[in-house]
Amino acid sequence: MTRPTVAVWKFASCDGCQLTIIDCEDELLAIAAALDLRMFLEAGPSELLDHYDLSLVEGSITTEHDAERIRDVRERSGLLITIGACATAGGVQALRNTADVGAFTAAVYARPEWIHTLATSTPIADHVKVDLELRGCPVSKEQLLATITALLAGRRPSVTSHSVCVECKQAGNACVLVAHGAACLGPVTHAGCQALCPSLQRGCFGCFGPSEAANVDALHATWRATGLDDGELVRTLLTFNAAAPVFADGAQRVQFRAKEDV
Amino acid sequence: MTHEHRARRFEVDALARVEGEGGLIVEIHEGALTDVRLRIFEPPRFFEGFLRGRMYTEPADITARICGICPVAYQMSACQAIEHALGVQVDDEIRTLRSLLYCGEWIESHALHIHLLHAPDFLGYPNGIALAADHRAEVERGLRLKKIGNRIVEVVGGRAVHPVNVKVGGFYSAPSPVSMHELATELRWALEASLEIVRWVATFPMPEHELPDHTTLVALRHPTEYPMLGERLVSTGGLDIDPSQWRNHFAEEHVEHSTALHGRMLVGGDYMVGPLARFALNSDHLAPHAAAIAAEVGLTAAERNPFRSIVVRAVETVHACEVALAIAEGYTPPARSFVPVEPRAGVGCGWTEAPRGMLFHRYEIDAEGRIVTAQIVPPTSQNQPSIEHDLMHLVEHSLHLDDAALEHLCEQAVRNYDPCISCATHFLDMRVIRT
Repeated sequence: MTRPTVAVWKFASCDGCQLTIIDCEDELLAIAAALDLRMFLEAGPSELLDHYDLSLVEGSITTEHDAERIRDVRERSGLLITIGACATAGGVQALRNTADVGAFTAAVYARPEWIHTLATSTPIADHVKVDLELRGCPVSKEQLLATITALLAGRRPSVTSHSVCVECKQAGNACVLVAHGAACLGPVTHAGCQALCPSLQRGCFGCFGPSEAANVDALHATWRATGLDDGELVRTLLTFNAAAPVFADGAQRVQFRAKEDV
Repeated sequence: MTHEHRARRFEVDALARVEGEGGLIVEIHEGALTDVRLRIFEPPRFFEGFLRGRMYTEPADITARICGICPVAYQMSACQAIEHALGVQVDDEIRTLRSLLYCGEWIESHALHIHLLHAPDFLGYPNGIALAADHRAEVERGLRLKKIGNRIVEVVGGRAVHPVNVKVGGFYSAPSPVSMHELATELRWALEASLEIVRWVATFPMPEHELPDHTTLVALRHPTEYPMLGERLVSTGGLDIDPSQWRNHFAEEHVEHSTALHGRMLVGGDYMVGPLARFALNSDHLAPHAAAIAAEVGLTAAERNPFRSIVVRAVETVHACEVALAIAEGYTPPARSFVPVEPRAGVGCGWTEAPRGMLFHRYEIDAEGRIVTAQIVPPTSQNQPSIEHDLMHLVEHSLHLDDAALEHLCEQAVRNYDPCISCATHFLDMRVIRT
């Protein structure tokens, strides 16, 4: 069997999702044997090919140059899979989308005129066709390995789309929202973390983005019934997946209702 | 035709085996070096901008996202700074668990850099995967050590990349004694393995090179510990300050070729942070096995060859394994995993030693606990000017090399600093222009 050629690309990001590949310590040398890694700058390989069978894309689009680069990556790629919250939902840097980027630039840089950036941080799918999205800030190592294994076996990768609540029940946790009044986004958040935060007595803060059929309005009612703060719900929705439509629109409706009640 | 009499230009557009995106431009005019610029083109993400208006509870999670390689460093510096602003003092047991978490990050980050990013340079391989083809046992040993570092971060922090268990005041939950017992077993192997790794890297062929004489080394200092969660900042120039004095002694500058701000000392100019600086200023506080192995391989506080930073990292890995083992063996769950925190208006500064060097945070917080201003000064942006000067010094003494050899030497020299460009931008394509 010829090994598929693979590229790992970085856009605006923290490197944590591509590090998750390197963090597969037990599997790394096996992965390197099964895949023909030609482009993975952080790990070393830097061969620019006309075609890669698989591209893994980390990061969001925040500059004109990157918007052009992702189109070039798409043209060179067979399958294109986005890895992590930045690539699938714009990431934490999408907090600029509803703010004044000029003011942010001036807050951080003495000479804003030397900084070239777009007013928005947008997911890869806003720019090119994406074949599969892996969620999470960062992605789950297990989901990443399962996806690579499925592709090598010629199977369609199966990534569940239910909420963190299902994983919490599977883990046998008592509900931190109901039992402890913890501010938890679990009911509207995509599974994949194995209910990490609730298992540590902490409310979920939505780092895997919205689950399928997420109902933010119903969650808002539950938060209010629990005595939790509207502002905290808005802030938590608008953090690591701030540009995911379900979270962004849901947060807007929470804000609207909060104003109505005043 | 000698290199001195032709236009020379070599170009590394995107440096490999560094974290993040950057490049290097070297300009040589009539055989004389005229300029070295580290280009950082990692897109800016404006963390200090969007932290404004967030709650004091959020920077530990948000600033972790500046860097997937050293999120613990961000979480620890953020918590220290915010606790300083709010007048919070954590219990000794909580501080001990923070030290253990930090040991995990040092072990995984150093093991990654030594084996996959830096060792290939010394042994003549293009990357860690190619190195593994001929040195499989050493690379596998390194990966197992790296995994143990990550395992520590998982046990204490909940997740290897972007831990979720850290909060202002302590931890959401304390680790179970069973998981700590298992860690101790792993760490006994790790300590032995880390000693062998020091002996291995000490045999690598080392380019003869020293830092320019004027380079000031800067690191944290603790009364009794090798600094991770340090207290005061000291330098080879006699500096000795607490975090709230940082702004009186240091500044950040914006230069056109970089989206990372450059760090400067107000008196004395550029300076260097990181393993070489830490070792030079703190080798008296190494744990016993780490001190003994440093002596065995001839590493002293006077070491100024940045290529030998790989040996320092290996010694620091021994130290981290020793400290972590002692903590894991002596563990009983703390009486409480966090101390209560109440918001109040204030300004707080905090610093800790990230694997790449000192990381400074400063927050101004209002009476409701909202962040008014945030300042984050990561190690790579502090090192950027001194890396440029070090490279200038190196290239000046290496002009006899052809372009390919010079380019390789420069890339290796940049990797001596384990630069984290994702951190610095909030870094490397290389070009040599000879005219």
